[in-house]
Amino acid sequence: MLSYYFRMAMHSLKRNKALTGLMVLAIAMGIGASMTTLTVLHVLSGDPLPGRSGSLYYPQIDPRDMADYGPNVEPPDQLSWIDGMYLLKAKRATRQALMTGGMVPLQPAQSSIYPFHAMALYTSADFFPMFEVPFQYGNAWGSAEDDSKARVVVISANLNDKLFGGQNSVGKTLRLQETAFRIIGVLGAWHPQPHFYQVYMGSYADEEDVFIPLSASRDQHMDHAGETDCWGNGGGDNNTLEHAPCVWLQFWVQLGTAQQAAAYKDFLVHYSQEQHAAGRFLRPPNVRLRNVMQWLDYQQVVPSDTRLQVWLALGFLMVCLVNTVGLMLSKFMRHAGELGVRRALGASQRALFGQLLMESGVVGLVGGAIGLLLALLGLWLVRQQPTDYAKLAHMDTRMLLATFGLAVCASLLAGLLPAWRACRIAPALQLKAN
Amino acid sequence: MQIKPILTAMRHHKAGTILIAFQIALTLAIVCNALFIIQQRVTRVMRPSGVEEANLFAIDNQWADSASVQNVGAQIRADLTALRQLGSVQDAYATNSFPLRGWGWDNYVRLRPDQVHRTSDSAIFFTDDHTLATLGVKLIEGRNFTSSEAHDVSIKTLAAWPEIIISKDLAKKTFPDGHAVGKPLYVNSDASPSVVVGVTDTLQSHMTDSDITPFAYDAVLVPGYLLQGMTRYVIRARPGQLQAAMRDAKRALVTQSRMRIIDPKDGVRTFAQVRAKAYERDYGMAMLMGIVSVVLLAITAAGIVGLTSFWVGQRRKQIGIRRALGATRADILSYFLTENAMIGGCGVIVGILLALGINLWMVMRFEMAHLSGLYVLIAAAILLLLGQGAVLAPALRASRVSPVEATRPA
Repeated sequence: MLSYYFRMAMHSLKRNKALTGLMVLAIAMGIGASMTTLTVLHVLSGDPLPGRSGSLYYPQIDPRDMADYGPNVEPPDQLSWIDGMYLLKAKRATRQALMTGGMVPLQPAQSSIYPFHAMALYTSADFFPMFEVPFQYGNAWGSAEDDSKARVVVISANLNDKLFGGQNSVGKTLRLQETAFRIIGVLGAWHPQPHFYQVYMGSYADEEDVFIPLSASRDQHMDHAGETDCWGNGGGDNNTLEHAPCVWLQFWVQLGTAQQAAAYKDFLVHYSQEQHAAGRFLRPPNVRLRNVMQWLDYQQVVPSDTRLQVWLALGFLMVCLVNTVGLMLSKFMRHAGELGVRRALGASQRALFGQLLMESGVVGLVGGAIGLLLALLGLWLVRQQPTDYAKLAHMDTRMLLATFGLAVCASLLAGLLPAWRACRIAPALQLKAN
Repeated sequence: MQIKPILTAMRHHKAGTILIAFQIALTLAIVCNALFIIQQRVTRVMRPSGVEEANLFAIDNQWADSASVQNVGAQIRADLTALRQLGSVQDAYATNSFPLRGWGWDNYVRLRPDQVHRTSDSAIFFTDDHTLATLGVKLIEGRNFTSSEAHDVSIKTLAAWPEIIISKDLAKKTFPDGHAVGKPLYVNSDASPSVVVGVTDTLQSHMTDSDITPFAYDAVLVPGYLLQGMTRYVIRARPGQLQAAMRDAKRALVTQSRMRIIDPKDGVRTFAQVRAKAYERDYGMAMLMGIVSVVLLAITAAGIVGLTSFWVGQRRKQIGIRRALGATRADILSYFLTENAMIGGCGVIVGILLALGINLWMVMRFEMAHLSGLYVLIAAAILLLLGQGAVLAPALRASRVSPVEATRPA
């Protein structure tokens, strides 16, 4: 029966190629535009650490002076050295890591490679176990190396490929800013997107190539890059950042349960009260404790233009659908006479309805398939853009299935009203009119 | 005109009429918001930086030994002397940042040290006596810096910078009475103010984000060479010698000292590249909105053609009868044009309401400005004309229906 319906549909569609082509094209363009923008949004708003991000939190406290103070003002996005070190040493969470980014001049041993700047993350020991960073060779440093300002470095798989041809480079020396650092670990494939733990080097930036103990980076006067916010008479000079009234460090903690998180928040409030009483914090306690997804949301890492584009594309799809409903309706009604004959010859209303729906379903399926190609083309175009998230714009299986689902639903929806209208025709009336 | 018979005829194909009107309404709502977004982005991109951008380029120069940046002052001076002596170079200066760069140093500017709310969040540009000539920015009041005023400046020193030049917009904000020269401003220190010695013509800050637009033209020029890991050279090439100057300047710097890193990919950028980078998202968005609008209008036009063609085909017999009874071709043509204008008019009215609704939602959701009535009118006119244009071909076909059709069976 279905194959008969299908043949009927094909016959009817072939009869008016221009109209059929227009309907297919409209659906294809609507689907293509929607799926391109939805896929970009889907990749950009993804969870960087699925299954783990709920237990990772970003504590914020407010150490600033009263300038620009008001109710409901958000605390700064980063921590000062004094507060960061205190929270790190307090060890009130299961794990905690303090970090900031930088660009480090790297002098390769081979003369064939020019010196270049490597993107660096200066952090503390818990960073690796807390984010479950995979290692290819060697391992991370521990708190002993943090304390002794050891000149050790963990490098990315990418850098290891570039400098050591992918061989085990643990134990070798890497010259960073004129100083020898010992390689103790090489990371495996690790590409959390968005780059959630450090959004100041670009929300969708590549991962760092070198990881150095924060203590050693300060010891070696390595430049810190990213944002430095100062208040009062603060200056952002790199060498005095430890004492300056400036925030420039990111701090992450791991808290297993909601109770732990609540306790940690109390701890932050308590610490703020203490500092306020001591006169160091001028503002009353003002703390936040956001988990990964809340933090990404607060930082608005997904550009608002991307959201706007999704709405635009959905509006576009809507117009395409209305257009298809109109055309489908006119097509069905044009052949009302035939439908009347078929009804008179004994076809039930349900059979007619099914046949007409089949026709619109075919249009939707073909439109969806072309729409998928258009979406792939659209994503390719997005990848040619100079933005930092461009390279992420790829379609995954989930979005692929969603595309097809959307196409079929859309065209069935578009076929519903015309099919219902057309099959309600009274056979006698149609025959008489003829 | 024959409005009543049209209304009667419409009642026979309600669904089609409503669908076309609805499609026109949706298209109108989307297109006029898209036009508005395009206009906003284009305005942003077209605003002047105040800088004479042709023949200008910048070099990002990172000192290889960042531990000894406290001593790079002498090297910067030597670099500048070498750059200014090049035949292809007209002038040059060293700085931390420049207009449209996107990143840089900004400070709250205050009129009194105890002021709680900021007057402005201004860009801080380190400069010397060659800066205004290099950028091609005019001084509208006061004097330029002298070469002896450009000292080495460390972020560590908290002493106020004694003299500053400010941009026109900042001067207007801080001293609305129009006399900024000689007045004190608290820029980097609460202890003592800096004195304004000059006011430049329009000068854009490094910030291009849309959320700091109120401060986009607030800049403070500080005389001095900032001692930090990265020093940027802004260089004006002699007219027509931009490419040569870019090559010469890089070579001259490396000859001066090899202890520096200039990124081979984007270490040397023309100002045109800086501008393109600063506004890449706006260009992209405006382009996308434009394409979507055009495609949307095309689809709507195709829809109108399709549906009207169907109606014409359906009514050949009635048209034939009307022709046989004495209606002229012009009568038939105007019948379909009027019908389309009525449907289009309904669609446009609903569309305007929808457009205003969408805009209101975007104002809340995306911090967009309120839609100006002009765009609604432009989009409404476009859609009405588009409808008339789309209906013309099927209507002409209808007008050519011969009166003989009345006698034929359908």
